[in-house]
Amino acid sequence: MRLLLVLLLLVAAVAHLLLPFGPLREAHAVDPGLADLILIQLRLPRTLLALGYGATLGISGAALQAMFANPLASPDISGASSGAALGAVIGGYWLGLTQPLLLAACGAAGALGTLALLVALAGRRADTTTLLLAGLALALAAGAATSLALALAPSPFAFYDAYDWLMGNFADRSLAQAAAALVPASLASVLLLRRAHALDLTALGEDVAASLGLRPRRLGLEVIALSAIAVGACVSVAGAIGFVGLVAPVFGRSISRGHPGSAMIPAALIGAILLAAADLVVRSVPLDRPIPVGVVTALFGTPLFVWLVVTMRRRVTA
Amino acid sequence: MTSLVARQIGIPGRLQRTDLDVRSGELVALVGPNGGGKTSLLRALARIENASGVVAVDGEDLDLAPLARRRRLLSFLPASRDVIWPIAARDVIALGLDRPNPTRVEELIGLLELDLLADRPVSRLSTGERARILLARALAGNPQILLLDEPLSNLDPYWVLRIISILETTARSGQSVLVALHDLSQLPRFGRALLIAEGQVQMDETPASLVASERFEQVFRIHAAEGGWEVSCQAGPRSSP
Repeated sequence: MRLLLVLLLLVAAVAHLLLPFGPLREAHAVDPGLADLILIQLRLPRTLLALGYGATLGISGAALQAMFANPLASPDISGASSGAALGAVIGGYWLGLTQPLLLAACGAAGALGTLALLVALAGRRADTTTLLLAGLALALAAGAATSLALALAPSPFAFYDAYDWLMGNFADRSLAQAAAALVPASLASVLLLRRAHALDLTALGEDVAASLGLRPRRLGLEVIALSAIAVGACVSVAGAIGFVGLVAPVFGRSISRGHPGSAMIPAALIGAILLAAADLVVRSVPLDRPIPVGVVTALFGTPLFVWLVVTMRRRVTA
Repeated sequence: MTSLVARQIGIPGRLQRTDLDVRSGELVALVGPNGGGKTSLLRALARIENASGVVAVDGEDLDLAPLARRRRLLSFLPASRDVIWPIAARDVIALGLDRPNPTRVEELIGLLELDLLADRPVSRLSTGERARILLARALAGNPQILLLDEPLSNLDPYWVLRIISILETTARSGQSVLVALHDLSQLPRFGRALLIAEGQVQMDETPASLVASERFEQVFRIHAAEGGWEVSCQAGPRSSP
């Protein structure tokens, strides 16, 4: 199954890089250098961002779900993505930052602030209702604050600019921007993956984990900080993208035989495939203007989310 | 031989500082009314939360023992049977081992008669079934000290007797077993009993002399009678049992 996922990932990566093939062939006919330029300067950052952001959402979603002991925890539902967007908007439109890495830091700070508030409001290992309500409240508050920050921003184009970015967009990003998102995200993801076994053990409850010599409280804080850094950096470059961080871990756990920490790697592969596929849909839809990739993930993700809630409810009432 | 030495262990607000020594091979019962401090004593011994004091197992300070070593020294089974993730029962048992050992997992599946449940997700099993699987996880690493919080609750009579006998065998093999329990009818099976109330160890006796004591009656507000237990007439100032 894991091998199949790796193969699918390779197919998604190559397809994302090469499709649509027509413009590449035409450019190559005119000047081979031009085709290389399109591939490396235009398409490679987009492919890297789609795959990397998807993997990041899978890993941090799985880690947050393990830590909150709740299959509905995720970067978007916990409000972390919205917080990251707010952080990046403040950094970009109010502080006038232009360096991608500084904007990534603002995104991470926004996500971290929101997750810290979530823990303060709902507590770690919160029950589903509390987690959803607290996350929803924070996401709405961060969304409203983002709109306000854009409306009052010194730049009159802020709102228009932000439309293309807020709901997720990989188009026209440079390699430097991709690096600003993916270098911090990869480092944080590697550190999250190193906690896989510890997160597996928390499945037995925090007390058992503590009796085995782990420090659940510290582990929780580490997971929050690392997820915030990873997701915040990606959001600052490519906007807030929903549902992938929720859905990928669910399927990841069916591959890790239910282990919440070991689900991180399969969730990363699934997240990368899903987001690359969603972005391919964006590029192939014949519309006058491009639709944000977050719209596509929401269109496909909402029914999955509903299915998840219904199966959870059935299990509770059974 | 003394296997567990605890000095000045306590949890602020729940368990007053106390000392405890347990010999290798001892089967110790922890009894007391609800909220008296049985779970807190087990948690302090397992070094959970902000437990104070020092606990040494076979001369090794638990707080300083490396992670991999901890599983050999001590295992804790909490009273909660909740596992929210759909992990297969045999994988849950394997979480009690510091390295993969399918033979040991199969041995425990046989011992606790889990053959039909072994590949089912533990989150979808009944509380009693989960209790057996989680006990198997606690036993898996053959730890020197077993701290079991209410291992007999949610079990049918067959399994109450079977698990007591498994714990007796475990103790005979040299491991020390501490069990918090409410089912006083099982007390005679234990070699030693601690009475815990109001956050402190009130008595440390053989089960027979503990049950016969006045303190036991004051704390529990029941006394032994022909054919079982009876509520004592005088109401003590304890928390409700």
